[in-house]
Amino acid sequence: MSRMQNVVIETVKTALGWVPAQWLPGGTPDPLIERRVALGRQDSRLDGPAKVTGLARFAAEVPMERLCYGALLHSTVTRGRIARLDTAAAEAAPGVVLVMTHRNMPRIGTLALIGVSDLSAVGNSSLPILQNDEVRYNGQVVAAVLAETQEQADHAASLIEIDYAVEAAKTRFDDAKAAARTPASILIERNHVLVGNAAQEVDRAAHRVDNLYRTPGHNHNAIELHAVTVAWQGETLLVHDATQMIAPSANALAKLFGLKKQQVRVLSPYVGGGFGGKGLWDHQVVAVAAAKLVGRPVRLMLSRESVYRMIGGRSPSEQRVAIGADADGRFNAIIHTGYSVMPPYGACPEQYTMCSRALYNAKSFEIVQHHVDLDIVPNTYMRAPGEAIGTFAIECAVDELAHQMGIDPIELRRRNEPERHPLSGTAFSQRALTTAYAEGAQHFGWERRLAEPGARRDGEWRIGMGCASGSFPYARMPGAHVRLTLRRDGTVNLSCSAQEMGMGTSTVQVQHAADRLGLPVEAISFDMGDSALPAGSMAGGSSQTVSLAAAIMAATEKLTGELLRLAGNDSPLAGLRARDVQLVDAGIGDVADTARHESYRSILTRAAREEVSVIAAGSPPLEMLKFAMHSSSAVFCELRVSEVTGEIRIDRLLGSFDCGTILNPKTAASQFKGGMIMGIGLALTEETLFDARNGRIMNATLADYHIPVHLDVPEIDVIWTGIPDPRSPLGARGIGEIGITGVAAAIANAVFNATGKRIRDLPITLDKLL
Amino acid sequence: MAIRINGAEIAVPDDARVSLLGLLREQLHLTGTKVGCNQGACGACTVLIDGERVLSCLTLAVQADERSVTTIEGLSGAGSHKLQDAFIEHDGLQCGYCTPGQICAADAMLREIAAGVPSYITADLAAPARLTREEVRERMSGNLCRCGAHNGIVDAILQVAAERTA
Repeated sequence: MSRMQNVVIETVKTALGWVPAQWLPGGTPDPLIERRVALGRQDSRLDGPAKVTGLARFAAEVPMERLCYGALLHSTVTRGRIARLDTAAAEAAPGVVLVMTHRNMPRIGTLALIGVSDLSAVGNSSLPILQNDEVRYNGQVVAAVLAETQEQADHAASLIEIDYAVEAAKTRFDDAKAAARTPASILIERNHVLVGNAAQEVDRAAHRVDNLYRTPGHNHNAIELHAVTVAWQGETLLVHDATQMIAPSANALAKLFGLKKQQVRVLSPYVGGGFGGKGLWDHQVVAVAAAKLVGRPVRLMLSRESVYRMIGGRSPSEQRVAIGADADGRFNAIIHTGYSVMPPYGACPEQYTMCSRALYNAKSFEIVQHHVDLDIVPNTYMRAPGEAIGTFAIECAVDELAHQMGIDPIELRRRNEPERHPLSGTAFSQRALTTAYAEGAQHFGWERRLAEPGARRDGEWRIGMGCASGSFPYARMPGAHVRLTLRRDGTVNLSCSAQEMGMGTSTVQVQHAADRLGLPVEAISFDMGDSALPAGSMAGGSSQTVSLAAAIMAATEKLTGELLRLAGNDSPLAGLRARDVQLVDAGIGDVADTARHESYRSILTRAAREEVSVIAAGSPPLEMLKFAMHSSSAVFCELRVSEVTGEIRIDRLLGSFDCGTILNPKTAASQFKGGMIMGIGLALTEETLFDARNGRIMNATLADYHIPVHLDVPEIDVIWTGIPDPRSPLGARGIGEIGITGVAAAIANAVFNATGKRIRDLPITLDKLL
Repeated sequence: MAIRINGAEIAVPDDARVSLLGLLREQLHLTGTKVGCNQGACGACTVLIDGERVLSCLTLAVQADERSVTTIEGLSGAGSHKLQDAFIEHDGLQCGYCTPGQICAADAMLREIAAGVPSYITADLAAPARLTREEVRERMSGNLCRCGAHNGIVDAILQVAAERTA
């Protein structure tokens, strides 16, 4: 991102600072914050029955006539050129329909990278896909095979012979640090922040900590493998995909293959887990091109190894956090700097310093991120990119300082709790982290914690407690559309290209629409997962729920105007304007006079209309620029560490969240817990092992990359303040990613409390404790 | 040569490389059985053979010859299985991809406990295995879930088990 972008964003923010809040979205709090019927209820997810019976159809499960199956071949070298390529044996193998390499792949352009300057871009890599003989990272796709069956395709791929002319590659993090790049901005924030002289303040501080924290690479490991089923139907392209970004994927594929937008249809009604990994990568492009060459539908489901080889994960990082505090524990300085990997052909900056900009007051700050350029699979967004690992560093540092000063770590945080955003001085839209800590501590029994490390024992086990803050910014995406159709029978259909990968997308929006329109949930249906529908927002940045909610609000407003026009002068509503009415009891009523009401059915019947249909987009999300908006949390952990083996067992984990209104406590609790469980993996077991000699992933299987299993997961408690955010649709903020933040630090802090050993290098495996 | 799959007689495929998983998904379109790793590491492909849980990705279709296979589609017959209802009630799923495997595994696992089969964590190997939260967690650990529905899954299984013994 450019320096120009810093100027533009900062100018807009400054200008908005002068605009009265009531002129902006959220200026008047959403009336549904006070008027909830279906919202706030523990409705079971609507897609539950289809999923528990196995009837929900995922991308690789769409039956097609004359289908052929794809298999990919990956480079075994890191940088170089293909010097010799022999596909004869593969082509002669039984059942083979096509062997596609850079020699016969159709010529196409490159994908525009995901970024804030072009919101329609979805590329995770800007490298050419099978366009030339060049290899840029170990695991890059170098060939694809299509055959009549999967077994035939897999076998034929193993018969392709390639010799490479190998070139030198950069694969060592420490060596590449010297040549690291320092971008001007990270997402929409200025990268290098200097307030006062933080280095000097740390040196002069009464108390200080200054340490390096290291986190390894991680992989999303959604249980559903990346897959597409692709069919060219004449001049139109049908893509059944597993994607978090349906509408922009359709646009990108259209651009790449020289088609009009409406010639490409991407369908993805169910996604078997995404976490940031289910975007547009090489495999969809390869499958589309191959299907075009053979004139047959193609199914390409990646093997688990292929997912590791070509779908990037979370970047490794090395972070320095230094905090200086005065005798009362007030922070004089926060320094958070570091290095993460971001190849020049990648898109994700792994914004690990974002949390440190919003969590604490300090007299001075120094914040900057450097990008290390390695020749490896391009990293991408993974659940709470940045905050998941950034909170590990800053929240361990705060715990270390508290221990050094002999202050309770919650009290130290309370003393530095900001009234306004610490860097910009902008008002928070709503923030009650101190309340979340107080409620969490009481619920958890924090008072039973002994400050002295190693003081609690039970046989061979040392027992400890720890806590940490989590943080994740609010986001609402511009341009999310929805179609709202009200039928004469009083039922409503909502539709847009939204994504469902387990968040309960339709469940909660049906609850929302019921309350917004004064209808029971049974009257509402929601179609999604199809690029032929109005373009919703992508599923990312914990933004989909509020983005769709704003679109439904806008559509409802449009519908209300349309209905009042149709009602005309023969209606009890005659003469009323949109601002005078509310939608209630399956119709429109006068706010001032509840006796004046007409049902939707009556309005449409008199107007002789079967239905009224409107399409609308949510208002521009200016509240994000006017206010500092963050979800935050207090995470508590109690665990035991074996003195004999170093084994860690988490006994209790509690998350106390401050995320605005909770729309559906059942599905929300699942999202919070899911994030926290991924946090257990981040803390204790997960690590993508890159071979430093060649950048090749050594543990490219679910047997060697350890995600938490049932026995690793205790009963997790989640509670929330439930205080509505007056500036957001429904009073809600994002909840999909906050759950993972703070967890690794809470666990590391509990390990310290149990053992007196401070592990600053994730994952905290038992060898580090012996 | 035939395999009984959800009550129907299915011919054993000619290609001996075809896994039971491949037969179910690609040839019979019984796509409720999922594929997550194809190497026995995730449990998404769990089905029942003669009532016992197996990983269909590690089972060649020919190995199921003359045996009875039940998939998620066959588990409930016409209605829904109590485990399926309990998974919904306890929100023991999010994306839903590991769910059929979890349910098939749970169905067989409850029979294993009822039959007194001990697990790695069973303290007293001589006494009948007891159905505890810890036992369920250990015995379900071969079924990975990435969304983090673990608590709901265990709650659902314990509820069904409690109803059976009540």
